[in-house]
Amino acid sequence: MQEKELIPHLYRTEFRKIAAVLCRSLGIEHISIAEDIVGDTFLLAAETWGLKGIPQNPAAWLYTVAKNKAKDLLKRNAVFSQKVSPELKNSASEFHETDIDLSVQNIRDSQLQMMFAICHPSLPAEAQIGLSLRILCGFSIDEIADAFLTNKETINKRLYRAKERLKQVKAKIELPPDAEIDKRIENVLTTVYLLFNEGYYSSSTNTVLRKDLCLEAMRLNHMLTENKITDKPAVNALLALMCFHSSRFEARVDSNGELILYEDQDISLWNKGLIKQGEHFLNRAAQGDVLSRYHLEAAIAYWHTAERDSPQKWEKVLSLYNRLLIVEYSPIAALNRTYALAKVYGNEAAIAEAEKLGLDQSHLYHSLLGELYTEIDKRKAIEHFTAASKLTKTSADKNVIRKKIEKLKH
Amino acid sequence: MKEFVMIYWSEPLGEIKLTPEGNMEVSKEWENWMGGIAAQNKLVSPGMRLGNEGRTVKPGNVVTNGPYAEIKEIVGGLSIFRAESIEEATEWAKSCPILNVGGNVEIRDIIQMNG
Repeated sequence: MQEKELIPHLYRTEFRKIAAVLCRSLGIEHISIAEDIVGDTFLLAAETWGLKGIPQNPAAWLYTVAKNKAKDLLKRNAVFSQKVSPELKNSASEFHETDIDLSVQNIRDSQLQMMFAICHPSLPAEAQIGLSLRILCGFSIDEIADAFLTNKETINKRLYRAKERLKQVKAKIELPPDAEIDKRIENVLTTVYLLFNEGYYSSSTNTVLRKDLCLEAMRLNHMLTENKITDKPAVNALLALMCFHSSRFEARVDSNGELILYEDQDISLWNKGLIKQGEHFLNRAAQGDVLSRYHLEAAIAYWHTAERDSPQKWEKVLSLYNRLLIVEYSPIAALNRTYALAKVYGNEAAIAEAEKLGLDQSHLYHSLLGELYTEIDKRKAIEHFTAASKLTKTSADKNVIRKKIEKLKH
Repeated sequence: MKEFVMIYWSEPLGEIKLTPEGNMEVSKEWENWMGGIAAQNKLVSPGMRLGNEGRTVKPGNVVTNGPYAEIKEIVGGLSIFRAESIEEATEWAKSCPILNVGGNVEIRDIIQMNG
């Protein structure tokens, strides 16, 4: 690898590993210090590797330097609290001289434990995602700002507040106890899914970044499947869902950044490897008798991806959307259910159901009705598409709708 | 918006013979019916299906075997909905699949009890 690319590459792969171990060693109160140590380590690498050349084992070099910096810090603070300021000895936090263990096992354990500390129910969702990107994924502040379509100051503030809050609630960097683990895993999955959707549905034009967000979400989810305690059916179901969705990443957006609808996608661009992985995790998710909403969503994605031409597809998809809505309502599910209903029982029946949904302020509702009226009543179809175009905010959507209206007028 | 319970009364469904295909059809009917109401964001809880076994305790601690039956019908299950009025809920009940097997739907409003 080119020297210029090496450090950014290592930043992405190693920052999070070292940060996790250091956070665990130093404690939740000192996340910022842990970040600084890793940051300084990479700065030193950038300075010295240019002059002295790239070390034989660059990752090991980073680990050694970070370890030493951390140990120095601990020693200095031990000295401080013993000799200089004994009255502070009984304050909230005390540094202990611990060995910074950067073995593969401890790296893995630390990252998992940090995941639970960061995806803490007392933090707002945005804060969880921001902190996850920073500590668990090693994103720079710039990259995080880019992902959220905001600026550095906002992100810095958000991360600062998040860390303060974690200190306040004394969040523990460990796997939650048995009594809480299922609820906490639910929290983590919610955050991971939100992170994935940031990448998948983002209106940012930075395709590389968006793909990164999806991949990071999947990587974090995968970590949960590798530990017996956290390897639950719902965890596998969410990973399956993300595999199916991301298999279509290449086919969703054309070279102009315009959205390509599902029916119009070039199937040869769908990633077969990811579809197979999706099936693999869907099978793993089929253990036990607990059916989470992720199971239902993953099954729907399966029928849209692996079995897209199957004759019983739409009956199955309708059934799954019914069950999903019964478990948890969402406007998107309601609209998608209505579309599936159209495929099974015809457009007229679906139109009748659609009009009961109470979603007439939604551009998606009008797009759906536009579709459903297309073969039946062109005037109504155009009416609804026009309404959709007025209600939608993104230009990508407006383009898609405009094309549909034009098609109807001919 | 108010909350209502729908109670599904019918003869014990085990007595009625259903073919394997018949069984699946019943599931699909219930899914479509309840899914349709859920899509309107008016399902509070799918509730539960009740089994055919039971015990009934009467005054004087008299215990009889079996569910409390109204002539031959028993409660097969119940669900909770959210509607503007009992009339709205009644409209939904008209397409409840329990009616297809000769059963009844009882709709009751829920009294909110807050300490």
